[in-house]
Amino acid sequence: MRPAAVVGTGQTHHAAKRLDVSMAGLCREAIDRAMADAGVDWPDVDAVVLGKAPDLFEGVMMPELFLADALGAVGKPLLRVHTAGSVGGTTGNVAASLVQSGVHDRVLAVAFEKQSESNAMWALSVPTPFTMPVHAGAGGYFAPHVRAYIRRAGAPEHVGAMVAAKDRRNGALNPYAHLKQPDITVESVRASTMLWDPIRYDETCPSSDGACAVVISSAPTSGKAAWIRATAMRTEPTTFAGRDQVNPRAGQDAARALWRQAGITDPLSEVDAAEIYVPFSWFEPMWLENLGFTEAGQGWKLTEAGETEIGGRLPVNPSGGVLSSNPIGASGLLRFAEAAMQVMGTAGEHQVDGARVALGHAYGGGSQFFAMWVVGSEKP
Amino acid sequence: MGFDYTRSTGPTLGRFLSDLRRRRVTGIRGSDGRVHVPPLEYDPVTAQRLSEFVDVAATGAVRGWSWIPEPLEGQPLARPFAWALIQLDGADTSLLHAVDAGSPDRMATGTRVRARWRGERVGAITDIECFEISDEPADPPAEADDVTMVTTPVHLRYTHSASPTEDPFLRGLMEGRLIAQRCPVCEKVYFPPRPACPTDGVPTTDRVELGDRGTVTTFCVVNVPFLGQRIPPPYVSAYVLLDGADIPFLHLLLGVAPADVRMGMRVEAVWKPREEWGPSMQNIDHFRPSGEPDAPFDSYSRHL
Repeated sequence: MRPAAVVGTGQTHHAAKRLDVSMAGLCREAIDRAMADAGVDWPDVDAVVLGKAPDLFEGVMMPELFLADALGAVGKPLLRVHTAGSVGGTTGNVAASLVQSGVHDRVLAVAFEKQSESNAMWALSVPTPFTMPVHAGAGGYFAPHVRAYIRRAGAPEHVGAMVAAKDRRNGALNPYAHLKQPDITVESVRASTMLWDPIRYDETCPSSDGACAVVISSAPTSGKAAWIRATAMRTEPTTFAGRDQVNPRAGQDAARALWRQAGITDPLSEVDAAEIYVPFSWFEPMWLENLGFTEAGQGWKLTEAGETEIGGRLPVNPSGGVLSSNPIGASGLLRFAEAAMQVMGTAGEHQVDGARVALGHAYGGGSQFFAMWVVGSEKP
Repeated sequence: MGFDYTRSTGPTLGRFLSDLRRRRVTGIRGSDGRVHVPPLEYDPVTAQRLSEFVDVAATGAVRGWSWIPEPLEGQPLARPFAWALIQLDGADTSLLHAVDAGSPDRMATGTRVRARWRGERVGAITDIECFEISDEPADPPAEADDVTMVTTPVHLRYTHSASPTEDPFLRGLMEGRLIAQRCPVCEKVYFPPRPACPTDGVPTTDRVELGDRGTVTTFCVVNVPFLGQRIPPPYVSAYVLLDGADIPFLHLLLGVAPADVRMGMRVEAVWKPREEWGPSMQNIDHFRPSGEPDAPFDSYSRHL
């Protein structure tokens, strides 16, 4: 496998409603920034990979068809990737594989969601035949599993609020973030409305319009590069008897493969920053365990000790994460791009000092799709 | 199911749709000089953003067509018509629209047509009701406000064919019985039944009937109202592990204050009146506490 690197990143100003742009315009806002960042033009791009979450979200079947012009894909290979909420991460990994394999020299990865054109809560609660219609969106799906985590780990109730307050404060440092709440506190989070008990309003991701793009190349184009040291993806069924919904096997397996490929034996010591897909606050400690940063049942202790803040032992979501911006299809690629920005030193106000190795992570469906990468400042 | 999707038009499509409302057709000039109608946001050759709008006529010539003898619901015309690729005067590309020709005998490549504008226009391609065969100019432009958003209702109707595994399950529900399937390899009992074991990949050959008592493994209290919601909040959405089953399912828990619901709580089904039963899990109106002592954590911890 030949080396590949992220050489440019771009994202939109995420907002609840980007009524000023079409889907194509939204994608191009991110793409144009990524290409400018990479210092490349359309003839330099060999292929385009598009990621977007379920078509029901915008009610457009196969949007890659009508977006081909806007994505600059005419006369080039265009691939659509779809793995529910993890799709942005999967998009990055697929684009990376096209360069690592030697098939292409430069690939543009782009992912988007325009949540304002629909209603994700509705789209995720469509009754299926013969079942009791108790489904209540992603929050309703994940809340019972969060409760199970809290019980299993014996985690104190304020840890979820700590994550939310930290990510929203970090989001205030990110010029592209949807939510900027520099004055949020653990107390104010705990005082917010309980939506899907045990998940509160302030512990829930927003609904955003946004896009993200990265240029992946076999050689630097602009001087800076985030070298892709490892990629991993794993999948499991939504349900089966004995399935561990708190600490899914697919996530554990993907993480093990990722660290092995990256040559990392002690992730907590060797990773300088992590962008982890945390749409509901409690998923920070859950994924810290699933990813192997801590033993099972111990993740919340890292959060509670403040070690996941910028300046801590493992800054998690210095960008503000999914809790600050959630254009669903793009959210995974945002995690991957933000990890790359950390090791390229282009993260601005939310830069982690001296970050040389960073994790980008995404999960999707009923915690059944996992995609992750490790990027580093050193060429492997 | 259905939803009224909205579309932010952006500046290019917004201009096209606003102009349709004004009985004008607008194209855009590409990098190679061609005028695209409808306008493209980005150039198909260079991928650059396009911005040179060009007024074209609402008259043109048929470049290709297909006769529709039996129109379907939702098509532009209820009587037989032609779908046609129409190159408007001043455009270099063809627009797909309907031609109210009356008979296929009147359609030919090169046939001159003009737009028949709808009386009440909203900023949509259907503001052109259809095209009609004519050498005359179309109606003159009119004033109208800009369009920045369009609404696109989408409706889907499903017909479900019950599988051989679902059939006894659904028939069982209609008799107030809960029919599960057991995997012959791992012996896990699935309710609702699965045709194949997700772990072993073999058909679940053994039918098992379960009682209607179980244990709440975990749950959430839904306090949030949302579009399309079937049960008014707040309500408790609980994973119920029926006695003898190896996988919990979501159902409604009533008869207890949400604050008093616990993981491990023992529950029993409350069925709807028999005359309301159908092939549905909704025959069980809800679960309620059975009054038995809570199940120990270890008895359901593998099902979280």
